[in-house]
Amino acid sequence: MKLYTVIIFSENIVGVLNQITVIFTRRQLNIETLSVSPSAITGIHKFTITTFTTEETVKKVVKQIDKRVDILKAYYNTDEDLVHQEIALYKLSAPLFVAMDGVESLIRKYDARVLFINADCVVLEKNGHYDETQALFEELSARIGVLQFIRSGRIAITKSKIERLSDMLAKLQQDFTKN
Amino acid sequence: MKEKTHIAGSEALLLTLLEEGVDTVFGYPGGQAIPIYDSLYDYTDRLKHVLVRHEQGAVHAAQGYARVSGKVGVAIVTSGPGATNTITGIADALMDSTPLVVITGQVPSSLLGSDAFQEVDVIGITQPITKWAYQVRKPEEIAYAISRAFHIASTGRPGPVVIDLSKDAQVGTVDYSYTKVTHIRSYQPAPPLDLTQVQVAADLINAAVRPLVLVGQGIILSHAEAELQTFVEKAGLPVAFTVLGLSALPSNHPLNKGMLGMHGNVGPNRKTNNCDVLIAVGMRFDDRVTGDLKTYAPQARVIHIDIDTSEIGKNVPVMVPICGDARQALSALLPLLRPATHDEWLAAFVSDEEEEENKVIRPETHPDKGPIKMGEVVRLVSEATGHDAVVVTDVGQNQMMALRYSRYNRSRSVVTSGGLGTMGFGLPAAIGAKFGAPHRTVCCFTGDGGFQMTMQELGTILQEQLNVKIIVLNNDYLGMVRQWQELFFHSRYSATVMVNPDFAAIAAAYGIATRTVSRREELPEAVEAMIRHDGPFLLAVQVEPCGMVYPMVPAGSCITNILLG
Repeated sequence: MKLYTVIIFSENIVGVLNQITVIFTRRQLNIETLSVSPSAITGIHKFTITTFTTEETVKKVVKQIDKRVDILKAYYNTDEDLVHQEIALYKLSAPLFVAMDGVESLIRKYDARVLFINADCVVLEKNGHYDETQALFEELSARIGVLQFIRSGRIAITKSKIERLSDMLAKLQQDFTKN
Repeated sequence: MKEKTHIAGSEALLLTLLEEGVDTVFGYPGGQAIPIYDSLYDYTDRLKHVLVRHEQGAVHAAQGYARVSGKVGVAIVTSGPGATNTITGIADALMDSTPLVVITGQVPSSLLGSDAFQEVDVIGITQPITKWAYQVRKPEEIAYAISRAFHIASTGRPGPVVIDLSKDAQVGTVDYSYTKVTHIRSYQPAPPLDLTQVQVAADLINAAVRPLVLVGQGIILSHAEAELQTFVEKAGLPVAFTVLGLSALPSNHPLNKGMLGMHGNVGPNRKTNNCDVLIAVGMRFDDRVTGDLKTYAPQARVIHIDIDTSEIGKNVPVMVPICGDARQALSALLPLLRPATHDEWLAAFVSDEEEEENKVIRPETHPDKGPIKMGEVVRLVSEATGHDAVVVTDVGQNQMMALRYSRYNRSRSVVTSGGLGTMGFGLPAAIGAKFGAPHRTVCCFTGDGGFQMTMQELGTILQEQLNVKIIVLNNDYLGMVRQWQELFFHSRYSATVMVNPDFAAIAAAYGIATRTVSRREELPEAVEAMIRHDGPFLLAVQVEPCGMVYPMVPAGSCITNILLG
């Protein structure tokens, strides 16, 4: 069992997410994180999903996603192939935060930043891998407590030079105009 | 008519169906489909609508129609319960790669999400069991969505498509124009052939000493029957068939080694674990074919040809994957093959065949005493039809007996529920098959259990005066479950005993000619009379109560662990 990142490009139409999630559900795979947004290409959406499974299973899942009519392409990668990031927000009590020793060094140590501050609360932001955002959460929890905490799904980009989707789309367009 | 101004969406639907070459649809009206049926009233000269008795019947009929004709089957139903009644058939069609377009009425789009009367989330329910499911809420979208549906259903690996049509889309007006959809950028029906892999496969086949070909429905779906025959004849390859691949090569062809799987023939099952090269074409290594995967053909180098990339390597590790259309793949392989005969290997099938013939086939098809056996009924029907009928089956013992003991002269002679194993499939599928192949004899083998799941469709046969031959193999048990109970559950016949009605009286109530036979002496003449009769006929045969289907590979067992009785 290992964490795999599944990256999917789809047409931007109603109901694609359901088509994808049922394929995970059938194999009893838990979706750890999910991030969906418009891609660089207008009209095409990108899904980034992480799941713990085996390579054998993720390979089959990706093929079954890929064959759906509304899906342009699905891939899977392991962390070694990816530059990936999550964003986390931490809401803290403003008086406790200000009174805390070494606020500045804490912010530097975690490369966090202050997004918002008023008399009641402070909101910190930190980008990074899961372990990094988790470490800050744990330290803050132990020292002054965290009022609210939220972490986004993973977003990721492959380390390889080739942008596979644009190549594929160019080819599809070429085939289409040829017909 | 490719353009027409200011017409109702429901009429645009019918015009698009006509453009897509549809001449027969199966359906059942209801509140949210009335506008479609109102438009249909003016199109009865061009579109034959078959009124079934339950929406499940409409989908199974459309499946039967599609399977024998090669065309897309069409079903039209209303929203809510009309739509949910189609689910079994849609799931069956996905498993068995049957091209269908199912059109479901839907509540007006303004009411969607409000739990309106007869509203159900058809798209949400059907997405996991369709190739594509799409809701149309505007009349302007109808022509495009329907054409797209036909393109998706019929190309690549075929499958069912659901179009959910809101009432306002049906009644709204539109300036109709039709352009056939032939390309969808996110959808590649058939991957291009990798000729390097084709060459690797050819080298393997040329070097093989004990090759075995496994054929599925992919051959029939890609119209590759002739290519298959040339392929196996040139290289001298024995060939065996999945349930859905049956009839792709005539039964009497010397290289035809019969059926694979749990109740398949002994030879090909044993030889699967003895061959050196296994060539699988248009089949998906279902567990009913493979048994225990860990012990399945471990010695063989596997070549897998399939149009659905996700099937390759799904169950069985593959040495040479060839993704693509079966016909194109076989055509590309053919010139690379060296003529061969493999006489020694072919001769090795004989002892298996003789063993099966003596222990199983002859006692089942030519018994001389005791109650009538299912196998002998099937043999007699096959002989009486010159082995040329379309054999439609239900599911269970009747199915396995019908498939095993019918012989097939030509392709598209088998309509059966393979992947989903849907009891109740037989009768409505036979109705559809008769519409799809009106000049062929259609014989529906069913059991007392499955027949009663959809026997309301006798009403459809009555209304259409449809010449379908129905053979009810009645053992007063849910026979296949009873067989498992006998073999694996200490003969504890829990909920498998059936107290049955007089099937002949039921047929008679529908005005269908009928006979009940329980004595062997009457059987041949009754079968002849059924086939001779010009019109629908129900032959109820009282068969051996505790008959068994052998050979049998117990579920999850090694494919060579074959019970012969």
